[in-house]
Amino acid sequence: MIDFGGWEMPVHYTSIIKEHKAVRNTAGLFDVSHMGELKVSGKDALGNLQNILTNNIKDLSIGQAAYTLMCNFEGGIKDDFLVYRIEDQEYLLIVNAANIRKDFNWIKDNLSGEVTLKNLSAEYGLLALQGPNSEKIMKKLTEIDLSKIKYFRFVSDKVAETESIISRTGYTGESGFELYCDANDLVSLWDEIMKVGEDFDLKPAGLGARNTLRLEKKLCLYGNDIDETTNPLQAGLNFAVDFSKDNFIGKEKIMDVKKNGPDKKLIGFKLIDRGIPRHGYNIRKNGKKIGEVTSGSFSPSLNENIGLGYIDIEEVKLGNEINIIIRKRKVKAKIVQTPFL
Amino acid sequence: MKVPTDLYYAENHEWVKVEGNTAVVGISDFAQDELGDVVFVELPESGDEFEQSEQIIVIESVKTVSDVYMPVSGKIIEVNENLLDNPELINEDPYNGGWLIKIDFDDKDELDELMGSEEYEDYLENE
Repeated sequence: MIDFGGWEMPVHYTSIIKEHKAVRNTAGLFDVSHMGELKVSGKDALGNLQNILTNNIKDLSIGQAAYTLMCNFEGGIKDDFLVYRIEDQEYLLIVNAANIRKDFNWIKDNLSGEVTLKNLSAEYGLLALQGPNSEKIMKKLTEIDLSKIKYFRFVSDKVAETESIISRTGYTGESGFELYCDANDLVSLWDEIMKVGEDFDLKPAGLGARNTLRLEKKLCLYGNDIDETTNPLQAGLNFAVDFSKDNFIGKEKIMDVKKNGPDKKLIGFKLIDRGIPRHGYNIRKNGKKIGEVTSGSFSPSLNENIGLGYIDIEEVKLGNEINIIIRKRKVKAKIVQTPFL
Repeated sequence: MKVPTDLYYAENHEWVKVEGNTAVVGISDFAQDELGDVVFVELPESGDEFEQSEQIIVIESVKTVSDVYMPVSGKIIEVNENLLDNPELINEDPYNGGWLIKIDFDDKDELDELMGSEEYEDYLENE
C-alpha cells in the first residue's frame, strides 16, 4: 500500500506484470475512487467552462464525455481530465486526485454569472473495469444494451443493483468501462463485479499496472509528463485544444507557441542497452543534455524498456539515437513511434 | 515468508551463505516480495573488491529501484549472469537460482554483525 494524495492505495494486489497482462488479455478491476469529481452547473455553466477549458464542449451532448486540459494564463497545464455533460446545464469534471483543491480554487476564481461549483469527490466512488472481457462481465451485471454506449459516452443505470454512471472510458488503452457510484456502495459493487468476473479471468489491478498500461499507450500522467510549466503543444496534446474558440484561459500563450513552434516535445523512446528509464533521468546526445525523462518503465506487453521525455525540438526525429543517463551510465535508446502499443 | 536457517541476514535484507572462504549473497524472500516483479539487475564485475556495507548492486522492479550492499568485505569472484536475461529468478527462487554474487572473504568477524535466521524473523516482524 502507498499513500497517494492522502489515499491508501495498493500498488499491486499480486504482481504488476500479471495484473497488466490480465487487463490486456482478459480483464482487470481498478478502484480509482481517489479521482476527484467537481460539478459545474447553472445557466452559465457552459460559458464558464468554455472559458476555463482548452477543448470545445459546445457540442457535447448529454451523455457524452470529452478529454480536455485546463491551463493557466501562461498556457501551462493546470490539469488534464474528462468532462461529462450530465444534464443540460450540468457538467462533471473528473480531475486528478492531487489537483482537486487546486482545480476547485482555480475554477472558483474564474467563474462569473449564474453558475455553481461543487466538490463531490468524497461522495463518489469510482471503479474502472478494463480489458477485452469487460463487456462480457458487464452484460451479466446490467440490463441495459451496452452496444448503445459508444466510446466516450455514458448512461445512468443500475449495475448489480447499484445506481451508477456507466461510462465507456478508461486509462489503459483497452476497451472497458468506468463506473461512478455512491461511495457507500463501492465495496459491494466491487465484490459483485469480482464475483461475476471469476468466469472471465478478471483480476484486481493496482496503481502499478495502471501506470504501465497508460504508458504503453502514451497517455500522459499529470505531475510526471505534464504540469503547470508544460505547454499543451510541447506535450503533443493539440487535439485537446480548440483554437477556433473565441477565447479561453491560456489561448494567447498557446497561440504564440503554435506560431513559433514548440522548443521541445514529448517523445517516446525504447532502450537499446539494458536498463530502466525513470522520471527525472537526463537525456543526452553527443555529450550534451537535450532533455529529461518524464516516465519510464519495463513494458510488460512488449517485454522492452520504454519511456517518455521532453527533448530539444531539433533532436525530435524517429529513429534518432539518444542516451539516457542511468546512475552516471550512458544507456543507448532510440526515438520510436507512439503509442508504443 | 521463507527464512532458511542456514543463512546469515543483513539489515538491508541480503542473505549470506558461507562455504569456506566463499560467501554467496542474495536477497531474502521478504525483500523480493517487497520489490515485486524484478526486471533488471546491475551487477559488479568479477575481481572487484569492496568493503562491508558498500553499495554494489542495483535491483530494479517495475515499481522501484533498490540498492544491495556488501554484507562482508571481500573480492567478487563470480556474478550470476543468468540474472541479466532472467531477472525474475530473484522473485521465483531468491535463495537458489536468484543468487547475486560470490565473494572471497577472510574476515569471519564481520559475520558477527549479521543476523541469524531467528533474529532476522524477529527483525521482519518489526519491519
